[in-house]
Amino acid sequence: MIVTAIAFYVFAAIAIAAGFMVIAARNPVHSVLFLILTFFNAAALFILMGAEFIALILVIVYVGAVAVLFLFVVMMLDIDFVQLRQGALQYLPVGALLGLVLVLELALVGASWVITPDAVAAAASPVPAAADNITNTRALGQVIYTQYMYLFQASGLILLVAMIGAIVLTLRHRPDIKRQVIAHQIGRKRSEGVEYKDVKPGQGL
Amino acid sequence: MQDFFFNYGLPFLIIVGQSLLLLVGLLIFTAYILLADRKIWAAVQLRRGPNVVGAFGLLQSFADLLKFVFKENIIPSGANKGVFLLAPLVTVTLSLAAWAVVPVGDGLVISDMNIGILYILAFSSLSVYGVIMAGWASNSKYPFLSALRSAAQMVSYEVSIGFVLITILMTAGSLNLSDIVRAQDGNYGFFNWYWLWHLPMLVIFFISALAETNRPPFDLVEAESELVAGFMVEYSSTPYMMFMLGEYVAIILMSAMMAILFFGGWLPPFDFAPFTWVPGIVWMVIKTFMVFFMISMVKAFVPRYRYDQLMRLGWKVFLPFSLFWVVLTAGVLVGFGLVPQH
Repeated sequence: MIVTAIAFYVFAAIAIAAGFMVIAARNPVHSVLFLILTFFNAAALFILMGAEFIALILVIVYVGAVAVLFLFVVMMLDIDFVQLRQGALQYLPVGALLGLVLVLELALVGASWVITPDAVAAAASPVPAAADNITNTRALGQVIYTQYMYLFQASGLILLVAMIGAIVLTLRHRPDIKRQVIAHQIGRKRSEGVEYKDVKPGQGL
Repeated sequence: MQDFFFNYGLPFLIIVGQSLLLLVGLLIFTAYILLADRKIWAAVQLRRGPNVVGAFGLLQSFADLLKFVFKENIIPSGANKGVFLLAPLVTVTLSLAAWAVVPVGDGLVISDMNIGILYILAFSSLSVYGVIMAGWASNSKYPFLSALRSAAQMVSYEVSIGFVLITILMTAGSLNLSDIVRAQDGNYGFFNWYWLWHLPMLVIFFISALAETNRPPFDLVEAESELVAGFMVEYSSTPYMMFMLGEYVAIILMSAMMAILFFGGWLPPFDFAPFTWVPGIVWMVIKTFMVFFMISMVKAFVPRYRYDQLMRLGWKVFLPFSLFWVVLTAGVLVGFGLVPQH
């Protein structure tokens, strides 16, 4: 047990330190790399809790896809670091005020939070009886596709709408550029593409 | 104290021993796969390939290793030193770590975890970081262009690989790689394996694996005719070798994954006497090598893709088709009552 505890403190400490470095790092690319380290340690904490499915999904989705796109965008930003640091002091009072308000609100919510007995019971046994040898994946599937089917589908639908919205916002057909239409190219026939000319010697076309 | 040793110390030592055994075996296999790659490539072009060091050039990879290690490591003055040196380490570590869940024989696996297939997907999706970090940290134009290309390319092909994996795990009813191999065991041997039922998925997985590991014809990341060597331009000596090593280990991993998912892993092709005498690990190595031979042949005779065609193939051809196959597989499994029960 003590090994688990040590592992927990190591992963938690690294996660918090890396999370701090995300905002403290001078270079934005370093910030994203620290963010990835934070995700990794969060995944390790999930594994310690026995939720290995969620841990790996976290790695695949957040580290493997979302953070790659973050890095992709941040790498291409043309940032003047000197200018960036000059402006920071100017916004410090506003930022500090916002932070203070957030902390106060969190404290208020935390103090007045009441958990129903049902939720406590459900949280105590997330996996249906470990003795049945039911894997993490199966347990999740049994809950998601039965009890929370509508919520699951609704969240899928919201993501679909967001995706279509993003495509509609950014898609524009520019008439001034030539596009390659593969279907036209493949659909070309010999009769359309090649024409025979019988050229007489000394006459030309 | 004794209790502590038997609960944590001994298992830890056993895992370390197993990992070392796997690493040594894997690295030696990689050395000869590299040689085989060069030999096959040479044979297609009617050359001899490496044939000087050792008999038939068998020690060429080890000579190359020594050469890389003893060369001077140059770090460009404009480079971001920490990230620059971290990138090859990330590449090698991720590609080696993925092998922890690959069953090379019945029960011959370091971690027989229930979600092995997700673990493989996670680690192959992370391999893009080595390229991106190297490209950015080099602080030079060609590596940077290469990093931008790889970010889009590797993310795109992961999607279709994910769908291929979903069809396989639906048919096998498990995310455990050993269970997937066992699910392919049947009375018809060779014809029981999933290559027959999922032949289109085999093609998609093969091509996506080429794109995912930046192999020709999808090696736009290091296209030597336009980007010199892509993200590896500024690298020399050991870090360069680590990139090469990581790349080849990732390719062998993809070959092994194809052997496991489609060609029955350690299972013999026919379920009678002379074939069943051969140990499973030998079948696994043979199958992995045969898949690698195909990957190597593709490198030898397929011209490089253009970048927009690469994207079109991934998103407009593979993605819809593999999605359709997922729906079809699920429909057939449910409709004919073939859903695996555990």
